[in-house]
Amino acid sequence: MLRMFAATLLLAFREIRRHLLRSFLTTLGIIIGVAAVITMVTLGNGVTASIRDQISSLGSNVFIVFPLRGDREVIRPFEEEDIEAVAKQIAGAQEVAGSVSASTTAFHNGADWTTSVQGANNTFLRAQSIEIEEGRPFTREEESAGKNVCLLGPKVRDAIFVPDASPLGEEMRLGGVSCTVIGVLAERGQGGGPNQDQDNTVLMPLKTVQRRFTGSDDLQYFVIKYDSAYSSSAIQDSLVELLRERRLLQEGADNDFNIIDTAQVNQALGAATGALTAMVAVIAGISLLVGGIGIMNIMLVSVTERTREIGIRLAIGALAREVRLQFLTEAVVLCCLGGLVGIALAFALSYSLASVIDVPFIFSPMINLASFLFSAVMGIVFGYYPAARASRLDPIDALRHE
Amino acid sequence: MRQSPESQPLIELEGITKTFGEGAAAFQALKGVDLTIDRGDFVAVMGPSGSGKSTTMNVLGCLDVPTSGVFRFHGVEVQSLDRDQRSLLRRRYLGFVFQGFNLLARTSALENVELPLLYRGESKAARCEAAMRALDQVGLAPWATHTPAELSGGQQQRVAIARALVTQPDVLLADEPTGNLDTERSLEIMELLTRLNGEGITVVMVTHEEEMAQFARTIVHFRDGLVERIDRGARHRVEPA
Repeated sequence: MLRMFAATLLLAFREIRRHLLRSFLTTLGIIIGVAAVITMVTLGNGVTASIRDQISSLGSNVFIVFPLRGDREVIRPFEEEDIEAVAKQIAGAQEVAGSVSASTTAFHNGADWTTSVQGANNTFLRAQSIEIEEGRPFTREEESAGKNVCLLGPKVRDAIFVPDASPLGEEMRLGGVSCTVIGVLAERGQGGGPNQDQDNTVLMPLKTVQRRFTGSDDLQYFVIKYDSAYSSSAIQDSLVELLRERRLLQEGADNDFNIIDTAQVNQALGAATGALTAMVAVIAGISLLVGGIGIMNIMLVSVTERTREIGIRLAIGALAREVRLQFLTEAVVLCCLGGLVGIALAFALSYSLASVIDVPFIFSPMINLASFLFSAVMGIVFGYYPAARASRLDPIDALRHE
Repeated sequence: MRQSPESQPLIELEGITKTFGEGAAAFQALKGVDLTIDRGDFVAVMGPSGSGKSTTMNVLGCLDVPTSGVFRFHGVEVQSLDRDQRSLLRRRYLGFVFQGFNLLARTSALENVELPLLYRGESKAARCEAAMRALDQVGLAPWATHTPAELSGGQQQRVAIARALVTQPDVLLADEPTGNLDTERSLEIMELLTRLNGEGITVVMVTHEEEMAQFARTIVHFRDGLVERIDRGARHRVEPA
């Protein structure tokens, strides 16, 4: 039986090689279908991972709270007292930190670089899980006195400092303000928060930025890192209540602030990805169905062309199931080859497209394996009828066939 | 089945009829054929077209079943076997040679000859060895790697005979084996069949050429779906020197 199968397999390969162009054109449907599915899923995974990465760079169990216009004439910013009230009154809030930012230009040693300066005390660093690659965080005294010290985002360091030399202790200028570099931040990547590129930023004590750049004690937004033992919606509810009260909102008035919950964003992202995946599956299903019909068609042609051969095989004693196996094997091999070409194509496509749209390339063995197995199943499904037809031929008629 | 007593005929046909089509369009190709063929015989089946000789060959080859009557092969009643059982009979005991050679195109002589062994599940080495032996028997060993397109008609028919021989069948069924060959090639094929018959294989051959039929020991004449006459006895033709 095994020998029979090995010989059948060999025969299938030979038959496919004999009609190389035809085989290729036949499997094109499968190739495109498989390549499309894998590419879409791989890129989808990359996009999801990239967005999740950005979200997690905001820190987990974090709310970000922005003021909105609501029913007011102008946006009412948050104040230091709001932060203190939230920290004191919201159960489960671990770190609460306000922040402001402004665009500016960094200068050092004749080089300049457009960036933003962000007011961020150590509580903010902890709330946002910002790590320091080299150097030290701000001291309490630097924060309370609003000293001119700064922590550089890695992109700013790369842009204006000489490579390989540590910028620690160097004097630099941000707009008209000079400051001493006390540390460099670890890389965090794109996105999140009000500053799109989190690596292209310079952090200074909140008070310094308020005094030297924004010129007021207002806070543009604040972040809350909460204890994961508490329910995020319970915290959110009490936060809304507190803020409405503090901001003197009448009953029925719209909230004049917005709370972004990273966990919620994650969930929404998962739902969106799921919908996208379902859509891709439908498109792939249609494409593979068309491919499968192509396979069936060409197998029927092949059976007709090889009627005499089938007659010879039956006459010398081949059983119906052996003839069926032969044609079924051929269809399955054809589909599997199509699947493999599709996988290779998908690999090349998703690898290059991932770098074009700047998302990580995440190879998923699962979807590749599933696509391959699905191709094989297509071979069985669409190869069965032609194979059964071949096996039912009457040897006498088949031998007479011209 | 091989253990059937030597006294029993290898092939027995009793009252075989075969009707094609139904109702008004029905055509009775065989109208009650009785025929016995002994082990080791060389039978030529002759008759005009439409006399039922090809239909008889199809029944003998277990490719077709009679409408009525009894066909015993090795004592087994073939008419009651199903398709796969008849395939197994063909695979074990029968070798076929056709008028049109019926070799697989674009496939070497060796692989064509190996084909029946494939369905017997023999190993590649065993297949190759047996196929080379069969090709040697028909004098084509040097042409083993050639495809049918690279061989002459006579050579192709000899490959077909080697394919029929490779399973060491009891019976070689040849349907107009010389029909597509010139006289010289035809005589070569007949001499080959005679030699194989001398080695113990029962040969049943359909032909319409008197000259070829003369190689047989028994000549069965068909007419209108019935056996008209059977000439038995020694060879009618003088052995070539």
